[in-house]
Amino acid sequence: MNGTETHTLVATVADHPGVLTRVASLFRRRGFNIASLAVGHSEEPGYSRMTIAVEGSAEEVKQCEKQLYKLVEVVSVRNLTGAPAVTRELAMIKVRVTSNERPGLAEITDIFRGEIVDVSKTSMIVQMTGAQSKIDRFLDVITEYPIEEISRTGVIAIARDDVGPRNGRARG
Amino acid sequence: MSAINGQSTNGSTAAPGTPRTGGEVVCDAMLAAGVDVIFGMPGGASLPFYDSLYHYQDRIRHVLIRHEQAAGFAANGYARATGKVGVATSTSGPGATNMVTCMANDIMDSVGVVYITGQVARPAIGSDAFQEADVTGISIPITKHSYLVMDVDDLPRVMSEAFHLASTGRPGPVHVDIPKDVFLETTTETAPDQVNLRGYRPSKVGNARMVRKAAEVINAAERPIIMAGHGIDISGAADELMQLATRGSIPVVSTLHGVGTFPETHPLSFGMLGMHGLAYANFSMRQTDCIIGLGTRFDDRAVGKEDEFGPGAKVVHIDIDPAEIGKVLETDVPIVGDLKLTLQKLLPLIESRDRTPWLDQMNGWRRDHPSLKIPDSPDSVLPQEVVRAIYDISGGEARVIADVGQNQMWASQHFWYERPRMFFSAGGLGPMGYALPAAMGVKLADEKQDVWCVTGDGGLLINIQEFNTLAAEGINVKVAVLNNAHLGMIRQWQEFFYEGRYMGAFLDNPDFAKVAQAFGLHGVGTSSRDEMHEAIAMAHEYDGPVVLDLHVDRVENVYPMIVPGTGVNSVIEDPR
Repeated sequence: MNGTETHTLVATVADHPGVLTRVASLFRRRGFNIASLAVGHSEEPGYSRMTIAVEGSAEEVKQCEKQLYKLVEVVSVRNLTGAPAVTRELAMIKVRVTSNERPGLAEITDIFRGEIVDVSKTSMIVQMTGAQSKIDRFLDVITEYPIEEISRTGVIAIARDDVGPRNGRARG
Repeated sequence: MSAINGQSTNGSTAAPGTPRTGGEVVCDAMLAAGVDVIFGMPGGASLPFYDSLYHYQDRIRHVLIRHEQAAGFAANGYARATGKVGVATSTSGPGATNMVTCMANDIMDSVGVVYITGQVARPAIGSDAFQEADVTGISIPITKHSYLVMDVDDLPRVMSEAFHLASTGRPGPVHVDIPKDVFLETTTETAPDQVNLRGYRPSKVGNARMVRKAAEVINAAERPIIMAGHGIDISGAADELMQLATRGSIPVVSTLHGVGTFPETHPLSFGMLGMHGLAYANFSMRQTDCIIGLGTRFDDRAVGKEDEFGPGAKVVHIDIDPAEIGKVLETDVPIVGDLKLTLQKLLPLIESRDRTPWLDQMNGWRRDHPSLKIPDSPDSVLPQEVVRAIYDISGGEARVIADVGQNQMWASQHFWYERPRMFFSAGGLGPMGYALPAAMGVKLADEKQDVWCVTGDGGLLINIQEFNTLAAEGINVKVAVLNNAHLGMIRQWQEFFYEGRYMGAFLDNPDFAKVAQAFGLHGVGTSSRDEMHEAIAMAHEYDGPVVLDLHVDRVENVYPMIVPGTGVNSVIEDPR
């Protein structure tokens, strides 16, 4: 696969019925591979923000951006891959644990700065927020415990602003 | 508000505040867009719209077609011949799904058509009501944009957006699905003075730095070629194309849709390239050092194998759709912009250059590989002769609408088109059955122009019910059926690539002249050369629609041909 990697696209889209169908239809039709897609309200009423993790080569993803931008309801598209940006995903993981196993799982969760959000007699629910790689690593570490259910939001991303030079003077 | 969206699109002819029904809003929007002919068939969900059309009969001609697919193709022909937006309309469910092929055809060929479909009334949507189908769901991937209008107050804005989207930037089909009760409700809303779509800002003039770079690359080229596409026609840039070619002594080849954008009898014209393009046009593409792609998407039927297409050549690509640039060919100078405006910036930078050695080389190929020589055929009329006869009798002034398949290639090859909008064919999607309904649209776009529908027997049968429309509406189209009793291109491919295992290629045809007569048309059938010439002369003079069932050689092949999967290095020429 010539340089296939996961790219993070952030699109601002009009909050119309069917816009998700249009985006999904475009990806399917052109054969672009969606790793994850997260949608929610943006700062502007009437517009949503979509974060789409798409797998492909740089050229394929460039074509994907152009095709996305052709959708009338898509106002902007940014590829945040490699750009200064904060990306996060939320995962909830239900793990089958006996009472004896609880402290062990709690300890690992703590190391990963996750949270235990529910405990039952036979299971615990761990909430983990962070970069996708961190969640993947956490899942790798807890393979000794039987996982009952995983629910992940898919990644969301936001670009960082330029902080400017150290002397605090704005650049022209 | 940017200047790009600055065109006034207020669709209302009524005073502001006057209540209008949804149906009237649609009619007013059509008038505002300059549409004077629409094509359609009514049904339950669109009856209220037809009640509005009843009151607009003096200003909008409704042509009742006999299958909704014909409405879409006729609207396509009307749009391409006028440069305006075409309108096709149907009812919900089956009426709308019958136009799906047309939408797919329009988006492939960048043709602006607005589709008005009725939908079941709002309370019934989602209930699997009679004649309900999720047609906006179906049309999403094959339209430029689509709307399901759930509030009549939105309709004036939606209609003006629909016409704006269909006609600007890279034109394309826009689908407006309107529930029956929305047609009936009234609104006092009017369309905004200007369309304002934040996510839609088509480019105008190409980037100045890139235009300068394009000029440098073109001026430095020894063996440049202009590849003229449909964009020249859409943008109205034929004059600029002529100036570019003549100033730089740059030869021009065209795509199928570019045919006629540069006069085909001009010494710098080297005809159409591609799978059935002229041998010398294709030979030129392997030797060129600079491809100037103007309003073309470098379609696979034009390009063939990419690595044999201008190997090592610099590529300058101007197109209004950024997604087409770099999609097929690696591009050295990408320019996104309207062709006419961008070429106007480029032209002053183009040096007048002598390119005699290159032109001599190309003319040498033209001499040695004539491609358009019609072989002797004592026992049968060849289909190419028919096209040539139409060319001769019309003095090259007829508008020709070809169907899909062998007839399409012969019609593009054996007629010399001198202007844009003289040759029409469905190049991208390739839907058989296009020519007859499209020819109706082309004829009604300008009734002073002679219009010839050149179709195969297979394609004719797909929309032959439109003989009824021709007769009922008196649409003066001349239909030349190149009747070889086969799906000819299928037969040719089975001969070439399946060792003559003919499967599903033979057509047991009716007598098309008699069929035409039964529909009330003037129909003539013949297999003789003399009678063919007489019949074409008669049709040319005859005041009314004519169908000529011309029995041509059954096994004639289209040459030249580039075998699919190969490139311009492997052109098969006529062995005779």
